[in-house]
Amino acid sequence: MSPELVLTQLLNGVQFGVLLFLMAAGLTLVFGIMNFINLAHGSLYMMGAYFAALAYGKTDSFLLAIAAGTLGLFALAVALDRLALSALHRRDHLDQVLATFGLVLFANEAVRLFWGSTPLFMDVPAWLSGPVQLLGFNYPAYRGAIIAVGLLVALGLHLLIDRTRVGMLIRAGASNRDMVSALGVNIGWLTTFIFALGAALAGLAGAMVGPMMSIQSGMGEPVLILTLVVIVIGGIGSIRGALLGALIVGIADTLGRGVLPVLLYRLFDPAVAAAAGPALASVGVYLLMAAVLALRPQGLFPVRHT
Amino acid sequence: MNALRDALLPAPPAARGIPRIAVAAGGMLAALLMAVPVYAWATGDAYVLTMFSRILVFALAAVGLNIALGYGGMVSMGHAMYIGLGAYLVVLLQEAGIVSGWLQIAAILLVVAVVAALAGWVALRTQGIAFIMITLAFAQLFFFLFVSLKAYGGDEGMTLPQPSGFGPLTGDRTALYYALLACLGATVYGVSRMVRSRFGLVLRASRLNMRRVNAVGTAPLPYRLTAYVLSALVCALAGFFLVNLTGFVSPAYLAWTVSGELIVMVVLGGVGTVVGPVVGAVGLLLLEELLKGWTEYWMMVLGPLIVLMVLVLRRGLWGLLPAARGDGAEARE
Repeated sequence: MSPELVLTQLLNGVQFGVLLFLMAAGLTLVFGIMNFINLAHGSLYMMGAYFAALAYGKTDSFLLAIAAGTLGLFALAVALDRLALSALHRRDHLDQVLATFGLVLFANEAVRLFWGSTPLFMDVPAWLSGPVQLLGFNYPAYRGAIIAVGLLVALGLHLLIDRTRVGMLIRAGASNRDMVSALGVNIGWLTTFIFALGAALAGLAGAMVGPMMSIQSGMGEPVLILTLVVIVIGGIGSIRGALLGALIVGIADTLGRGVLPVLLYRLFDPAVAAAAGPALASVGVYLLMAAVLALRPQGLFPVRHT
Repeated sequence: MNALRDALLPAPPAARGIPRIAVAAGGMLAALLMAVPVYAWATGDAYVLTMFSRILVFALAAVGLNIALGYGGMVSMGHAMYIGLGAYLVVLLQEAGIVSGWLQIAAILLVVAVVAALAGWVALRTQGIAFIMITLAFAQLFFFLFVSLKAYGGDEGMTLPQPSGFGPLTGDRTALYYALLACLGATVYGVSRMVRSRFGLVLRASRLNMRRVNAVGTAPLPYRLTAYVLSALVCALAGFFLVNLTGFVSPAYLAWTVSGELIVMVVLGGVGTVVGPVVGAVGLLLLEELLKGWTEYWMMVLGPLIVLMVLVLRRGLWGLLPAARGDGAEARE
């Protein structure tokens, strides 16, 4: 195993982690502030991918496709929240799980009805299709671009939440929603904004995976569940936890699939390695989550309520 | 125990016994379910028997989930994992040479009790949203584990080599149906007794207010964990029946949507009612059958119906019965 391979895998892990962060950031804000569990977050990601593929087909401009996935989801989420979801904010978690579960079934089937069961594909744009030189070896430019975008979003969210007036209201809403409302802030529109912001990030993630994965009905759920693992590991409601948790999960999952089987072949009998490798690789992340929870039920980087 | 009751629960469920209308409705449901094999035999319609066997499997699993969800307030989004574990264990045990159905059931209950105790212990360290997400993640763990086991068919699953052995009744569809029905009846009766016992009292109180349960000197965790394990065992038993019914096992049994559907059944029938989950399972699966016959895109109809159910049908179908509240129906705020 060359160091180059390990480094490439590590970067792939970071790239996957960055995508998970885009998903987790929106979801964790919504949890933290509205105490609302949204299983349909994966469907938003799926819609982002479809919107992007649609715009790419019409305009042939990759940047417009990304914009369509992001802004389209922002608009869709504002409508969704105002029309349906705001009725659920005051309900218990059981009702929220069920209603958003119903939305997932609806979204997956609606996508199949409108775009068919055959997956859609997007091409990597020509200006990002080559490799870039990184520390003396080649790395796909597109994956590098995803890492850059994800880190920029992380920085932007940090600035938004810690340096602006809206961010101050978001933080205040997370610690005491009723008090913020009593002080004259329209908390309803604030929560709609946060929900739509989260949806736009999920749409951005969906639009960016378009050229790497087939776009199809049901593509959101595997990502949703890994996102939930990220949030549990990182600590519910914490953006910092979402970023670090996403990087941990992304790197652990990628290395688990890429490097662990090779290691097992080195250490064990090939028959044992062939049987245990894929099994361990696919459940590794969940075992990691169980271990973290057994030791720290509140996650690794919980929000400090001061 | 009376002090505990007074301290923890609002007005105790009336001691006037089960209301007549609930008895009548429950009796009618039981009579209908008992008559299904007779109808199938008289008309030669074998599909009805298969379909209702499947309904009974999920009714059993929903009754099991209700122990944790309805009475303990533990919103588990991962109970399909115990159905799948029960089903896969039958295949594993047969490959190990154990063909007796009784031995298989005993082994399944033992293994699932250990798994559920471990998973429950970790998951119950958290509450609320985190508990939902963790139970979902545990179910995914087993889902991907079985997907990666190529020796057992990977994501395509595998057929059961032979049905579980029960002497001359081995593989008899009608016997399987009545065994399922008897099992369901016994479980429903068991749950109705449990709810009124001291165990059930502490469990229900912990759902309402864990701090108070602690304050009167009872640690809720052992009770909640026991309820979680019990509900997992009932689901594993349902898995045992499911694999014998279909003669097939695949990771799809553990899919997260199955866990979601189980919750829908419980809520549709009535959370925290003894008979509600059975009504919900019958209702949901018959509705799915109807929609599937009507359109290929049936989930597009089912999804909004679930949302509608959440918004308007707060007490569930069983809760619509005017006097069914004496059935131990748990108030939802």
